[in-house]
Amino acid sequence: MIALALRNLWRNQRRSSTTLLAMMIGMLSILLFGGYSRTVYYGLETDFVGRSGHLQLQRKDYFWFGSGDPQGYSLHGYKQLVNDIQQDPVLAPLLRVVTPVLQFGGIAGNFDAGLSKLVIVQGVDVTAQNEMRRWNDYQLAITPELHSMNPAAGNEAEIGIGVARMLQLCAQLDVPDCPQPQLSAIDPNTQTLAADIAALAAGQLPSEPATPAKSGAQLELLAASTGGAPNVNRLQINRAVTTGAKELDEVYLAMQLAQAQQLLYGESEERVTALQIQLYHSADLEVARTRLQELISNRWPEQPLEVHDFRTLNPAFGQITGMFAAIFGFITILISAIVLFTVGNTMSMAVLERTVEIGTLRTLGLRRSGIRRLFISEGLLLGLTGALLGTALALLFAALINQAGFTWLPPGNSNPVPITIRLWGEHQMLLGIGLTVVLVATVSAWWPARRAAQQDVVDALRYV
Amino acid sequence: MSLAQLHHLSKTYALGQLRVPALTNISLQLKPACFTVLSGPSGSGKTTLLNLIAGIDRPDQGNIEIAGQSLQRLSDNALTDFRARHIGYIFQNFNLLPVLSAYENIEYPLRLNKTPPVKRRQRVLELLDAVGLADKASHRPNQLSGGQRQRVAIARALVHQPVLVLADEPTANLDSQTGAQIIALMRELQRVQQTAFVFSSHDPQVIASADHLVLLKDGHLLTPEPIREAV
Repeated sequence: MIALALRNLWRNQRRSSTTLLAMMIGMLSILLFGGYSRTVYYGLETDFVGRSGHLQLQRKDYFWFGSGDPQGYSLHGYKQLVNDIQQDPVLAPLLRVVTPVLQFGGIAGNFDAGLSKLVIVQGVDVTAQNEMRRWNDYQLAITPELHSMNPAAGNEAEIGIGVARMLQLCAQLDVPDCPQPQLSAIDPNTQTLAADIAALAAGQLPSEPATPAKSGAQLELLAASTGGAPNVNRLQINRAVTTGAKELDEVYLAMQLAQAQQLLYGESEERVTALQIQLYHSADLEVARTRLQELISNRWPEQPLEVHDFRTLNPAFGQITGMFAAIFGFITILISAIVLFTVGNTMSMAVLERTVEIGTLRTLGLRRSGIRRLFISEGLLLGLTGALLGTALALLFAALINQAGFTWLPPGNSNPVPITIRLWGEHQMLLGIGLTVVLVATVSAWWPARRAAQQDVVDALRYV
Repeated sequence: MSLAQLHHLSKTYALGQLRVPALTNISLQLKPACFTVLSGPSGSGKTTLLNLIAGIDRPDQGNIEIAGQSLQRLSDNALTDFRARHIGYIFQNFNLLPVLSAYENIEYPLRLNKTPPVKRRQRVLELLDAVGLADKASHRPNQLSGGQRQRVAIARALVHQPVLVLADEPTANLDSQTGAQIIALMRELQRVQQTAFVFSSHDPQVIASADHLVLLKDGHLLTPEPIREAV
C-alpha cells in the first residue's frame, strides 16, 4: 500500500513537487520563527536568571509590600539561611550560587550641583552577583555584563544612566548621548543643604579610608536607618549602566552589600531583603522550589518566608514569551491552513485523474476502506516528505542566519543580543511542528480519499 | 450443474429525468469451465449484464448466484471480498495500474487475497510464462504493446484461480491478428485452468470461439437458453 502510494505520488512529479515546495516553505517559516522564539525565550531567561537567580527566598509578602517597608520585611539571620541551603543534601547538588541582596529606597544626591534623585538601591555581593551573571545554561553567544565594583573597595557603586543624567554626572561617567538641561533648576538654598549633608556624610563615615583619586563621580546616598533617622553614605560611582528600561535606569543604584547594610542598619543586626538562588539548570527549578518550601515549613518556622521564581519576579518574561508564543501559534495555524488546502487540492486532482483506476481497484477486490487508505497514505507520505525536507531546509537557513552575525536589542535587555535561530537540539519543537504538518497533510487527504472510496464502481470505470 | 444462475434480472438507469431500462427479466445459467459469449448490438445490455455478474453493479430486481453464493445478500465489503477471491475481470482498455510493472500488476489480486509471498511469486512467474511475457516482467504498462497489455490483464484475471473470468470486449482495442492470438490464449488458459469465461463481445472471432452464445437485444434475452452448446 505504501509503495503504491509512493509511486502514485511520483507519477505527477510537477504537482507533487509544487505541493512539497509549499509545505517546505511553510515548515521553513514556522521553524525559523519557532527557532527565533526559542532564542528570545532562552535569552530572556538567561538575562533574568543571571540578574536575580532562579528562585528568591523572601519574607512573606515582601513581594507585595516589601518595597514600602524593606526593613519590616527583611530576613533575619540570613547567613544561617544561606548555610542551611548550601548544606541541604537535596539542594546542594543543584545550586550554583546563593547570595543575599538588600533592596531599599533612598535619595542619591549630587549636592555639588544641587541635584538629588530618588533611587532604588541594590546592595549586592559583587563577586557572587558576577558569578550569577555568568550563568549560560543554553550556551548562548552572549557576553555577560558584570558589575564593575571592586569588592575590596567598599564604597564603589553603579548607577543607571537615567540617574547619571538627572544628577548631571554624564560627563564624569562618560555616558554617551546624554542631554543637558537648558535651564538651571538649582535652588539658591541647596548650597547650605549640601554642606549639611556633607557634614553628615563625613560624620557617618569616620572610619572609611580615604578613597584614592580616580575617574568616575561621587554622590551621596541618603536613606532612613532602622530607627528612622536619616543616614548618608558617600559613594564612588564607577560607571553608569543601562538596564534596558528607561524607568529603571532613572532609579537604579547598585552598591556593595556590606556598605548598604551599614547604611541601613548601622551596628545593629545585619539583614537582607532576599536570598537569590541560582541553579545549574532551570529544569531543576521545581525540585528546588519544593525543597525550599519544605525547609520553610520544617526548618525555619521562626520567621514567615516564601519563595518566588524568576517568572513571578519578572512579569515581563511571561508577557514577552507569551507574545511570541501567540505569534508562533498564529503563524502555525496560518501555515497549517495553507498546507491543508494545498494538499487537499493535490489529492482532489489525483482522485479525479485516477477515477478509472479507482474503479479498476474496486473491481479487482479492493474494499472502499482500501481506497481510502491508499489516498490517505499518499497524503501522509506527502506530509512526511514535506516535513523532512522542510526541517532540513530550516536547519540550513538557521545555520546561515546564525553565521551572519545580526544582533538586536530585546525588550528588557541592556545589551544587544545576536539574532540566532535555535533549531539544532530543539527536538521537541522540531518533532511537534513536523508531526503537525504530517497530521495536517493526512487530514487534508481524508476528504478526497473519502470521496474516492464512495464512488460507484461502474461510474468510475465509465469515467472519461 | 451450473456455475452461476441469474434469476429474473432487471436493471434500469436514470438518464436525467428519463429512466432507461438496460436489462429486463433476464434469467440464465452459466456452466462451469465453459466459454460463454454475451453478444448483441451496442446498447443491448451486454456490459450491464457482465457488471451484474461481476458484482460491481446490483440489479434492481432479481438475484444472481455464483458458486452457490447469492450476491444479493452480500454487503459491499463481502461482495468486494467475493470478487477478490472468485472473480477475474478483463477490461476492454486493459486497465493496468500504470505505476506497477507487469509482474506487480499480475501479483496484485494475490496481495489482496493475502497469498504468502513465496506462493505469490511462484504463481505470478507461472502466469507470466503462460502468457508469454516472462521477459517483460519488469516492464511498466506504457512499455508494452496493446496485445502485451491485454496478456498481462488476462494473467491478472487468472492469477488467483477464480471460478469465473469476465471479459468486457477484450479484443475491441486490438487489431484482428492480435485479437485472434488473445482469444487463442484465453481459450488455452481456460482449458488448462478449467475456469469459466464469460465475454461480452460482438467480435465475430470471439463469437466463433464460444461454447455458449447468449444474444441480447434492447435489454432482453433473445433466446431463453444459450443458442449454441459446446461441441
